[in-house]
Amino acid sequence: MDLIFGAIVTGILAGGVYALMASGLTLVFGVMDIINIAQGALVILGAYLSFSLAGRLHIDPLFTLILTIPLMFVLGVIVEIAVIRRIRRDRTMFSILVTFAVALIIEGALTRIYGADLVQINAPYVDASFKVGSVYVTYIYLIGFILSAVLLLALYAFLYRTKFGQGIRATVQNRTAAELIGIDVARVETVTFGIGVSLAAAGGMVYGAVNPFNPVSGYDLISRLLAIIILGGMGSLTGALAAALLMLVIENVTSIYAPVWASTVFYVVLAVVLLVRPQGIFGSLSARRQ
Amino acid sequence: MMRFLLRLPIRWLLSILTIFGLALSATASPSQAAPSSAGSPITVGFSVSLTGDFSGDGKAVLQGYKLWASHINSHGGLMGRKVKLIWYDDASSETQVATNYTKLMTSDKVDLAFGPFSSLLTIPAGRVAQRWGYAFLGPAGGGPSVFQQGFKNYFFVQPAPVKDNLLSFVHWVTNLPKSKRPTSAAYLTVDDPFATPEVQTAEAALHKAGVKTAYSVVIPAEATDFQSEALKAVHSRAQIVVIGSPGANLSIALIHTFIQQHYNPRAIVATSGPDQGKQFSDAIKLANTEGIMVPEGWWYGAHTYQNKTFVREYLKAYHGKVADISQDTPEAYSVGQVVQQAVAKTHSLSNATLIKTLHSGKFNTVQGPMRWNSIGEPQGQMFLVQWLHGKPLPVYPGKFAVARAEYPKPNWH
Repeated sequence: MDLIFGAIVTGILAGGVYALMASGLTLVFGVMDIINIAQGALVILGAYLSFSLAGRLHIDPLFTLILTIPLMFVLGVIVEIAVIRRIRRDRTMFSILVTFAVALIIEGALTRIYGADLVQINAPYVDASFKVGSVYVTYIYLIGFILSAVLLLALYAFLYRTKFGQGIRATVQNRTAAELIGIDVARVETVTFGIGVSLAAAGGMVYGAVNPFNPVSGYDLISRLLAIIILGGMGSLTGALAAALLMLVIENVTSIYAPVWASTVFYVVLAVVLLVRPQGIFGSLSARRQ
Repeated sequence: MMRFLLRLPIRWLLSILTIFGLALSATASPSQAAPSSAGSPITVGFSVSLTGDFSGDGKAVLQGYKLWASHINSHGGLMGRKVKLIWYDDASSETQVATNYTKLMTSDKVDLAFGPFSSLLTIPAGRVAQRWGYAFLGPAGGGPSVFQQGFKNYFFVQPAPVKDNLLSFVHWVTNLPKSKRPTSAAYLTVDDPFATPEVQTAEAALHKAGVKTAYSVVIPAEATDFQSEALKAVHSRAQIVVIGSPGANLSIALIHTFIQQHYNPRAIVATSGPDQGKQFSDAIKLANTEGIMVPEGWWYGAHTYQNKTFVREYLKAYHGKVADISQDTPEAYSVGQVVQQAVAKTHSLSNATLIKTLHSGKFNTVQGPMRWNSIGEPQGQMFLVQWLHGKPLPVYPGKFAVARAEYPKPNWH
C-alpha cells in the first residue's frame, strides 16, 4: 500500500513537471498548427543553461530562471522569425522536419560545448526529502510541481486576462477571422512560440535537477511529451496537465507490478482514449472553445 | 544489343542476368584489402559513438585510441610507419555501426580495425569485420551475446568476459565474516547485453551462497524514469544493492532516489557509473561516492605494462585528475597496445596472420596481461574497486588491493 501511495504521489508531482514541459508544445500547436519536435532539445538546452549559470555564478538553480526564461523567449522569437515563419504550405507536416533540424542543431551545439558526459543540476534540495506518512517526498519534485502550477496559472492569466492573450485565443479559434478583426497574427505567433520555448527553460531546470542528462536526452523526452499532448488533446493546456498526471501515475503504479509493461499500459490507455475520443481527453475543439 | 536482349525469352534473360550477377559477386568476394604500401601511414579504422546513448563512453574510447596513436607515432610508429586513425560517428546505432565498418573496410580499405563501444554495437560490427577478414579487437564488447556469435576474428580486450565482471564482488561478499555477511540483496538492471548477464550471474552466485533475493528487476531498455523500481528496492530493505547499468545513467538515478529515501544499504555495486570518474562524482556529489563499488580491469596506480606512461600522457593531453579517467579510455588504449605487439611479433599487417598470432600468444596491456580462447573471450579476472575518500581504489582480491574495503558503506551525506 505504501508503495502504491508513494508511486501515486511521485507520479502526480513528476506529472506536474511534464505538464510544464508539454504546455509549450501544446500551446504552440494550438496557435500555430505546428508540431515543435525541438521541444525536447529546448528543454535540455534550458537544463544546460541553468546548470551553467548555477555553476558559474554560484546561484541557486531556481534563480537562474530569472535569466533563462527571457533568454529562451528571445531564442524562440529568433527561431520563429528565422525558420518557422518561412513555412508557407503544409505547415504541420513541414514543421516536423524544420523543428527536427532545429533539434539537431541544438544537440550538435550542446555536444560541442559540453561534451557527451551526463551532468545533473545540484542544489541542497535536490536530494532532500520529507516524510508524508510512510513515504519520503522529495523537495525538488514538490518545487517542480509548485513551479509548474505557478507558471501554468500565470499562462492562463496571460491568455484570459490580457488583451494580447485574447489575441492568442482568437487566433486559436479562427486565424482568418482574427486577421480580419485586426489582430497581428504574425506577431501573435512569434510571441506564442517565444512563450512555448521559454516554458522549456523552466521545465528544463526541474528536469535537469531530477534526472542526469546529456545533449541527446531530448529525444527520450519528445516522444513522451508528444504522447502527453495527444492524450490531453492537441492545443489544450488543461489536457496537457491532465494527461501528464495520468501518464506518470499509470507508469509508476504499473512499474510496481510489472516494469516491463509500464510504458505499454500507458500507450494502451492512449489508444483506447483515442478510439473513443480521437481528439484526446480535452480535444482541440473544447480547447478552442475555452 | 538492347533490341536483341528485349527479344530474348524471359527465362533466357533471367539466366544471363543470374550468371552475370554470380560473376560480379565472385569478383567482389570477401578478401581483406591489400596492406597499404610501405612509406604511407598505416590506417586504423573504427566506428565511435560520439552522439546517441553511448556518446559519453564513445568520447572516452576515442580518447584512448587517439592517445595510443599519438604515443606510437612519437615512438617510431608501427613497423617504422606512422599510424593514421580514421573514424566515423555511429550515433550509437546498430545500423550505422555496420555501415561505418563496411565503409572503412571496403572504401577506405583501412589496414587495421578497432572495435566500437558496447556489446550491442560490437555484434553488427563484428559481422562486417568477419566478412572482410579483419582481426577485430574490441574495447567494450564482452557480453555473452557477442561470444555467442562464434567470431573467430574477435578479441575482447578486457581482463574477463563481461558476465563474470561481478564475480569479484560476489567473492568479496562471500568472504566476509559470517556475522557481517549480508543476508538479502536487491538487483536492478537495465535490459542490456552488457549489464544484464553480469547481474544475473551475480544474483545466481549470491543466491547459491545464501544471500536471499529481496527484489530483482530487469528494467526495459527504453525506460527513462526509474523511480518506481528504486522505490521497490527501498521498500525491500535489501542489505546490499547490485545495479546493472550499461552507462552511468541508471546508477546515478537510482543513487539519487536512495539518498532521497534515506535508504542506506550496507554495500552498493554497479556494473558501470562509478567507473566514470568525475562524471559520476559530480552527479551524486563527491561525499556520496564513499563506499560505492564497481568491478574494473584497470586502475591508475596499477603496476601494469606502460600504465605510468598512459596516465602521464592522458593528463598531458586531457588534463584533469587521475580519478577522473574513464575506464573506457585505458580499455581502448589497450586495444592499440595489443595490436602493436602482434604486429611487432609477426612483422606483418596481414589480418589473417594477426588473428592467428592473437589466438596463440599473451599480450601486455595497461590492464595487465591478456590472452584469449578460440572465440575471443579473455582468460583473466576483474577486480573490485571502491570509492574511498574521493578516489576509486582496488580493494579486492588481495593481489590487486591497495586499500581495505569499507563495510558497511557509510550513510549518505
